[in-house]
Amino acid sequence: MLIRRPPGFALKENQVTSQSVYMHRREFMAAFIAAGGALALPNVAQAKRARQGDYAPLKATKSSYAIEDPLTSWEAVTSYNNFYEYGTGKGDPAKKAHKLITKPWSITVEGEAGKIGIYALEDLIDYNALEERIYRHRCVEAWSMVIPWVGVPLASVLKRFEPNSRAKYVQFITKNNRKEMPGTFWPVLKWPYREGLRMDEAFNPLAFLAVGVYGRILPNQNGAPIRLVVPWKYGYKSIKSIVGIRFSETMPPTSWNMSAPREYGFYSNVNPNVEHPRWSQASERIIGAQTGFAGALARRETHMFNGYGDEVASLYAGMDLRVNH
Amino acid sequence: MNLKTISIARMKLALFIALGLPAFWLFWQWAMLLAGQSNGLGVNPVEATNRFLGDTALRVLLITLAITPMRDITRMAALTQLRRMAGLFAFFYVCLHLSSYLGLDLFFSLAKLWKDVLKRTYITLGMSAFALLLPLALTSTNAARRRLGPKHWTRLHWLIYPATMLAVTHHFFMAKGFQIMPVIHASLLLFLLGWRVVKWMRAYSAQNGKKMSNSS
Repeated sequence: MLIRRPPGFALKENQVTSQSVYMHRREFMAAFIAAGGALALPNVAQAKRARQGDYAPLKATKSSYAIEDPLTSWEAVTSYNNFYEYGTGKGDPAKKAHKLITKPWSITVEGEAGKIGIYALEDLIDYNALEERIYRHRCVEAWSMVIPWVGVPLASVLKRFEPNSRAKYVQFITKNNRKEMPGTFWPVLKWPYREGLRMDEAFNPLAFLAVGVYGRILPNQNGAPIRLVVPWKYGYKSIKSIVGIRFSETMPPTSWNMSAPREYGFYSNVNPNVEHPRWSQASERIIGAQTGFAGALARRETHMFNGYGDEVASLYAGMDLRVNH
Repeated sequence: MNLKTISIARMKLALFIALGLPAFWLFWQWAMLLAGQSNGLGVNPVEATNRFLGDTALRVLLITLAITPMRDITRMAALTQLRRMAGLFAFFYVCLHLSSYLGLDLFFSLAKLWKDVLKRTYITLGMSAFALLLPLALTSTNAARRRLGPKHWTRLHWLIYPATMLAVTHHFFMAKGFQIMPVIHASLLLFLLGWRVVKWMRAYSAQNGKKMSNSS
């Protein structure tokens, strides 16, 4: 039997830096230095401003899906974002999302459908058929916005893939690239970010694929070049920067549900009667509609299905929404 | 310049300014906001305020706990005199943090606050930290210290350790997903507590060693 005696200078197995840490040593250092810097300067929303004029305009027809509440300002929509691929601070996406490469962009379609494959974005979206919809956006953190999205109905895109009879659910996947999305260095969630809908939810006329906001192409922090908008569900269901669509017979895993199943259910419908374990969902802070003190304190009651009950309540007939939250 | 020649009065002044700056900055931002000017609070000023005050309170607690190790390293006994000011600043930020939550988030509804304390773990933890720090702030005067006697006073002020542990855990439970900042705060606390454990263990074994050699 060979007994290996390591020479005295040899590192023990547990003293060796792991290959993956070594390979990412620069990011590792940068991330730690950034974290140290953040420690000295407490986390305040120091947003970088996105100028509306810098984004290409889109032609869109006004849709009848438009609520009449005052719009959230462009500045608020583009500076206050939850997009953990760029960091967990609300200002991080606006600061760091410029690294995302959105051209060329393709979406991989897989699973229970007749026309699976890789599609270029331009082949999926008819830029002459865009419409503008003004939707209410309700975050699970109990704040809300009113946003003019530009895009196409989700159903109009999904049906082109000819999902078959076994397709009961559709899953969406966000781009996952460490160079372009520095926040993915940290295991905040299981990357890539993924979300899903039941097929009848996905084919509801409210479900929308946005390529623009405020009449312009989407800023990267808002999920460029293409994102989902499902206004009757909490914001995290409206997955951003989509690179994958997969049709399946079984309920697909979703990122927040994987992270904390007790707190984030698959359905995640806006529901003021089901509390998040850590905060109430009965009311919400209105972001960026007013300025000054009144704007800082502005709140409203949260409505069932975010006010879209007429359109979507029938999808959940007979279901216990406390269990299927 | 030799650090040791700086008078303790100057160090106190410098610490006062450094620990007062975050409050001054926040006050200034709110003044700008109320005047309708652009400010650093972003589009959700209430959330920004709560987070800023919570982060600051926790970090000043950690700074307070860092003074003793710093004294040991620099062998500047006078540093001990900075602990009270740092501790009171920590309590000041804890109070502001609690007030901004109670005032700006709950619109001063004590009933809602109590419901939160009973129901939400991270609020329970945060309020417990506040409850543990309250007697420390109340007994921070020289008179209170004399009345309690140094032994009882020191024992009481050990509460800063569980209070800071609760504060760090409060932050952990508040964050969504697995976030790095609570981990950094926890590591700093672990280091500061570890320092003391090692020190006490050394002192204990040195004492025992002396006893052993005396008896032999």
